[in-house]
Amino acid sequence: MGAQVHGTQHFDAKKRAELKFSDAAMETVKDIISRYPEKHIKSALLPVLHVAQAEFGGWLSPETMDYVASVLKIKPIEVFEVASFYTMYNLKPVGKCTFEVCQTSSCWLNGAEDIVKYIEKKLNIKVGETTKDGMFTLKTAECLGSCGTAPMLQCGASYHENLTYDKVDKLIEKYKSENKLRSYTDLDYNNTL
Amino acid sequence: MGKKLLIHNDKVPGINTLEVYRAHGGYASVEKALKTMTPDQVTDEVKKSGLRGRGGAGFPTGLKWSFLAKPEGVERYLVCNADESEPGTFKDRYLMEKIPHALIEGMITSSYALGAKSSYIYIRGEYFYVARIVENAIKEAYAAGWLGKNILGSNFSHDCYVQVGGGAYICGEETALLESLEGKRGNPRIKPPFPAVAGLWGCPTVVNNVETIAAVVPIVNGGGEEYAKIGIGKSTGTKLISASGHINKPGVYEIELGITVEDFIYSEEYCGGIRNGKKMKAVVAGGSSVPILPTELILKTAKGEPRLMTYESLSDGGFQTGTMLGSGGFIVMDEDTSIVKNLFTFARFYHHESCGQCSPCREGTGWMEKILKKFLNGTASESDVELLWDIQSKIEGKTICPLGEAAAWPVAAAIRHFKHEFLEIAKSKKFVDISHYDRLNKKVVA
Repeated sequence: MGAQVHGTQHFDAKKRAELKFSDAAMETVKDIISRYPEKHIKSALLPVLHVAQAEFGGWLSPETMDYVASVLKIKPIEVFEVASFYTMYNLKPVGKCTFEVCQTSSCWLNGAEDIVKYIEKKLNIKVGETTKDGMFTLKTAECLGSCGTAPMLQCGASYHENLTYDKVDKLIEKYKSENKLRSYTDLDYNNTL
Repeated sequence: MGKKLLIHNDKVPGINTLEVYRAHGGYASVEKALKTMTPDQVTDEVKKSGLRGRGGAGFPTGLKWSFLAKPEGVERYLVCNADESEPGTFKDRYLMEKIPHALIEGMITSSYALGAKSSYIYIRGEYFYVARIVENAIKEAYAAGWLGKNILGSNFSHDCYVQVGGGAYICGEETALLESLEGKRGNPRIKPPFPAVAGLWGCPTVVNNVETIAAVVPIVNGGGEEYAKIGIGKSTGTKLISASGHINKPGVYEIELGITVEDFIYSEEYCGGIRNGKKMKAVVAGGSSVPILPTELILKTAKGEPRLMTYESLSDGGFQTGTMLGSGGFIVMDEDTSIVKNLFTFARFYHHESCGQCSPCREGTGWMEKILKKFLNGTASESDVELLWDIQSKIEGKTICPLGEAAAWPVAAAIRHFKHEFLEIAKSKKFVDISHYDRLNKKVVA
């Protein structure tokens, strides 16, 4: 079914068969599902997709979407419809850390373009690209609600605000040394740097 | 100092915890409502208060509540719109992050008035960490008996849940939000039926902004009439303003509606004036969707009266010479700001955020971005100004939801008040970023 739904994307039945939430993730998924009346289980889709993305490598592969559909007992196309609509779901692989630099008005007024250029130079990638080592992906984002502390970037659950070149340097070092996948669902968010 | 009702305790250490919040009078409105008032009496106080929706539209909250259909045996819901995504707006984030129990208390008291057994707080996905804070506060509230079965020994039981979104501005539109809450794409619904009749899962639903719901707390505690004494005319109470841009003190401020715009921008109590001794050029007063105004029109109305921070005064003069209070997203630009470039960031935003349902918005927002890009790379001609005007005029009023207007109005206002900037670029065939300002280091460069 997935292969039909996802068109050009290759659907790997073997990979799909191996997918399973860890016990911890499954607990979270059950907690999410419990928030809605039983017959409206589909409501759990957006939050469950966040859990799935964090669990399965930072993006939603056709296999992952197919698996989420089976967990929520809905059709894979219903998952793809949603995953392809919202910007926070990655339909392609990304680096371990995705830097999303806000570029809308208040951030622009405070130098967001300079931050983007600086990161491009520093990581030797353009917006939309991932470093060769798979560590960083750079994206621009639309207003993230941090206008009073502009410019800013989001990485996983963390908001990094009032950015300067120096702060960007430190962030890159920090994330490099941690060397782990950063997700929106992270509990160890850090908004101080 | 103006009166504060919502974030007066924001600097109190530990105010995010139930214990400290309670020690500062928290949850008193739940006690008062459940023990001494009927649900209709709570609604009456909200009506008397004159409270208007704080998300942007400014619709009277009490009236919205009174529209809620109450058929026998059908669940009804309160849904909190915490999908704060309007560029320039970050007040709800501040409130939820600093004083999460203020929202939860408001949810309980409001749900009691509406007869809602369950409520949902829909928080934009990017605010994931804020959702964690709110979820922790909900857990505390359950443990202390403020949520759950038979609250305070009454017959009223209530469950409150959080849902995070997936990153889509459109989900701030209430019917798109409901679609998203149902696990679908955020495509706004055709109205009627309005959510008050058929909302979440087809059930009667009230959707209110975070700040609106939090404002119910002081209204119930002090009475609607007391609340209505603050402010001027139909702009009652206090309002959270998110101040950003080229000001000395960006941040979230709670103001009494009715102070002058000049006082808000220049006084030390609020924005503290323009950074680096620069002059102010323009202000977007209520989030990116509302018309931008040049300095002379934001400080004074066309009639020469001081412009006030109220719904009525900001919209005085209509769109010809006025604007809107909107979400209270107050973006200030100094004399070195290119209005065309700023508008481009807005146009790019709306193009990115259009849900794609209605052709005028889906296509029009893309065309506007494309034409504005021509101005930035110096390939625009004078006729492109007319073309831009033509496109925006053909979006307004022709879409299912107000995103069309939200995308069109900033373009119209920028051309209305700053046409010369567009024409200069078109004539000279080059765009020069006129800033003499190191934006990043917030300093003037020689």
